[in-house]
Amino acid sequence: MDYRDSHEERAFRARFRAWLAENNPGLPASSTDDAYWQRQAEWHTALYRAGFFGLSWPKRYGGHELPTVFDVILDEEVARASAPPRPSLGYLVQGLTRHANDIIKDRFLPGLISGQERWCQGFSEPDAGSDLAALRTTAILDGDEYVIDGHKIWTSYSDVADWCFLLARTDATVAKHKGLTAFAVPMNQAAIEQRPLKMINGITTEFGQVMFDGARVPAANMLGDPGEGWRVAMTIVSHEREPGELGYQARYAKTVKELEKKVAAAPESFRNDVRESVAWAYVQTEMLRLHVCRRLSERLDGVDHGPGGSIDKLLMTWTEQSVGAAAVAVAGSSAITDSENVELKTYLYSRAQSVMGGTSQIQKNIIAGRILGMA
Amino acid sequence: MDTRDTPEQAELRRSARQLAANLGVRSVGDLDDLDRRARLAAAITDAGWLELRDDSGDGSPLASAVEAAIVADALANAVADAAFLGPLLAKDLARRAGLELPVATTLAFNPRLDGPGTATGSATSATAEAVYAVDARGAAEALVLIDEGKGLHLGSITLGSLAETDRGNDLTRAVLTIPTGTAVRPLAGSGEISSADLVQLQALGLALTCADLVGGMRGVIDVSVEYVKERRQYGVAVGSFQAVQHLLAEAHVLMEGSLSVSLHAAWAVDALEPSAALVAARIAKTYCARAARTINETAVQVHGGIGNTWECIVHVYLRRALLSSLLFGDDAAQLNALADDRLGVH
Repeated sequence: MDYRDSHEERAFRARFRAWLAENNPGLPASSTDDAYWQRQAEWHTALYRAGFFGLSWPKRYGGHELPTVFDVILDEEVARASAPPRPSLGYLVQGLTRHANDIIKDRFLPGLISGQERWCQGFSEPDAGSDLAALRTTAILDGDEYVIDGHKIWTSYSDVADWCFLLARTDATVAKHKGLTAFAVPMNQAAIEQRPLKMINGITTEFGQVMFDGARVPAANMLGDPGEGWRVAMTIVSHEREPGELGYQARYAKTVKELEKKVAAAPESFRNDVRESVAWAYVQTEMLRLHVCRRLSERLDGVDHGPGGSIDKLLMTWTEQSVGAAAVAVAGSSAITDSENVELKTYLYSRAQSVMGGTSQIQKNIIAGRILGMA
Repeated sequence: MDTRDTPEQAELRRSARQLAANLGVRSVGDLDDLDRRARLAAAITDAGWLELRDDSGDGSPLASAVEAAIVADALANAVADAAFLGPLLAKDLARRAGLELPVATTLAFNPRLDGPGTATGSATSATAEAVYAVDARGAAEALVLIDEGKGLHLGSITLGSLAETDRGNDLTRAVLTIPTGTAVRPLAGSGEISSADLVQLQALGLALTCADLVGGMRGVIDVSVEYVKERRQYGVAVGSFQAVQHLLAEAHVLMEGSLSVSLHAAWAVDALEPSAALVAARIAKTYCARAARTINETAVQVHGGIGNTWECIVHVYLRRALLSSLLFGDDAAQLNALADDRLGVH
């Protein structure tokens, strides 16, 4: 057991720190400001070109084949420099790597990792949220294409996406989990309509609805086999629940640092419960960092696609929401009196973490059933 | 970075859990089985676990705090009712003073239990403040710090007749009350205990109490999950109800988070500067003590009426967790110390 950097890790950390000192774009937090998403693509490209993105992924697709623990170092340095977090694409990469054929992987992974091609994820629907397998979007074979009709929701960044990782029903005659298939659907077509959603905290560039009205996708763009869609989706959501794939702890650490700075500037003007709230957010953020260290170290034995992601998701959720609670506590009355108050936005955004990627209640069902054997 | 156990650590973890499972406490009735308890204490001694923090010859301990934490976790997992933490800490402190302890000795704590007990006096005679000898089962002596006005040195209290007095409310580890004015024997040749020594001792104590809390969490969750799978109401196992499932799922997640912080705190004791090790330990203790409280209360709840009776083992875990939380300072104390550190003193 050793938390210290190895020789290679230390050299990587130094190299990244030096690069970051020159190249930190100083963007506002993704969770509170639309300006972040307007420039996120630039940040992704800059990280990729400098050799700091896709650290653990195959070189064939633009990665570096480093041990997964290098992502911890990257996240720590990003947090230290208050730089924007790395783009959260690991779960799509895991999904494609595990389920797609070699032609698809060669076609799509390089663009996904380099950021040249942008992706969104079309899973949830208005009547298929937690009960994802109830989704009704259909894909009907027509020659060598599938025709897509349906309505997706909670689709992040669909307005800038080139491709949608879509889950659709290809067989209505079998049990609901068995009739689903995944596709890479080109977004640039007239039969797809974007409808942005304004979030609880006022940001508008993150969430949207996507309407498919006779959109077309080549059959060759199928991700996995026909009927394999549910398994593909479960691989993706299990990794979408892992803070190690997402790099969110860098975002939390950055917010905590800003809150600490604010309180430390005038310690006498904050009540003790506010101080405790900020210190607790720090403890949670450190817990999450150390938990990711442990999880990514365990991956040195091989990647596990099992239910453990649900544990990590809850720890991440409790951390983000403790940071949100600290933010609104530090803001005090200005959370309400100041219409531009950023702490209120942080707090409001944090409430989504217990819903997105599977609600906390769904995670607890998975843990009770598949880990504790209580189902 | 590789936070996995080394092969040796994995083997120690396996053998410590095996020993604790064989000789630990599985029911409240087991607490009266003195033969079992004696075999447990002997097995801990034979395994050499009480000597993990003894001098290796150059002033450094024989084993790191990681190995000590592995044992602490395993023993708490089976609510083991034989001394480990107290004697281990006493030996760690003695090593710092350049002493060997000839008889079974534990550590005395101050009245808040958040640090070593103290005495006032000289190099030849001293008397104790009110202190508590913690983890005193089988101990003949308890160490205190003597403040002679020119640095801290070690002294020892003979427990003798005290051993038959009130043993405290943790049913697995004896806590003896030592009244103010009890004679303290200054230990000849005791080197000075520096403030850095005390910081490291606190980091070690916090890390090991965290490991103890985590082991207890895993034990009490296992007991609870097993119970709700068997206990039937409305014709079904109560563990089939989502309300019960979610309580135990939360408990499991809190245990996993606690494990992540406590492993790091144990590693930090010997690998980082004392002040950084203490920060790691404070973070871990804040998280683990809060988690342990929630988890043990959940365990009482899911056991229903039985969980509120003396014969249900859950309160044995809860009581142990309350003591481990208090030792070297509870979550509130650590959180406030972290806040002062990071936010400026109020």
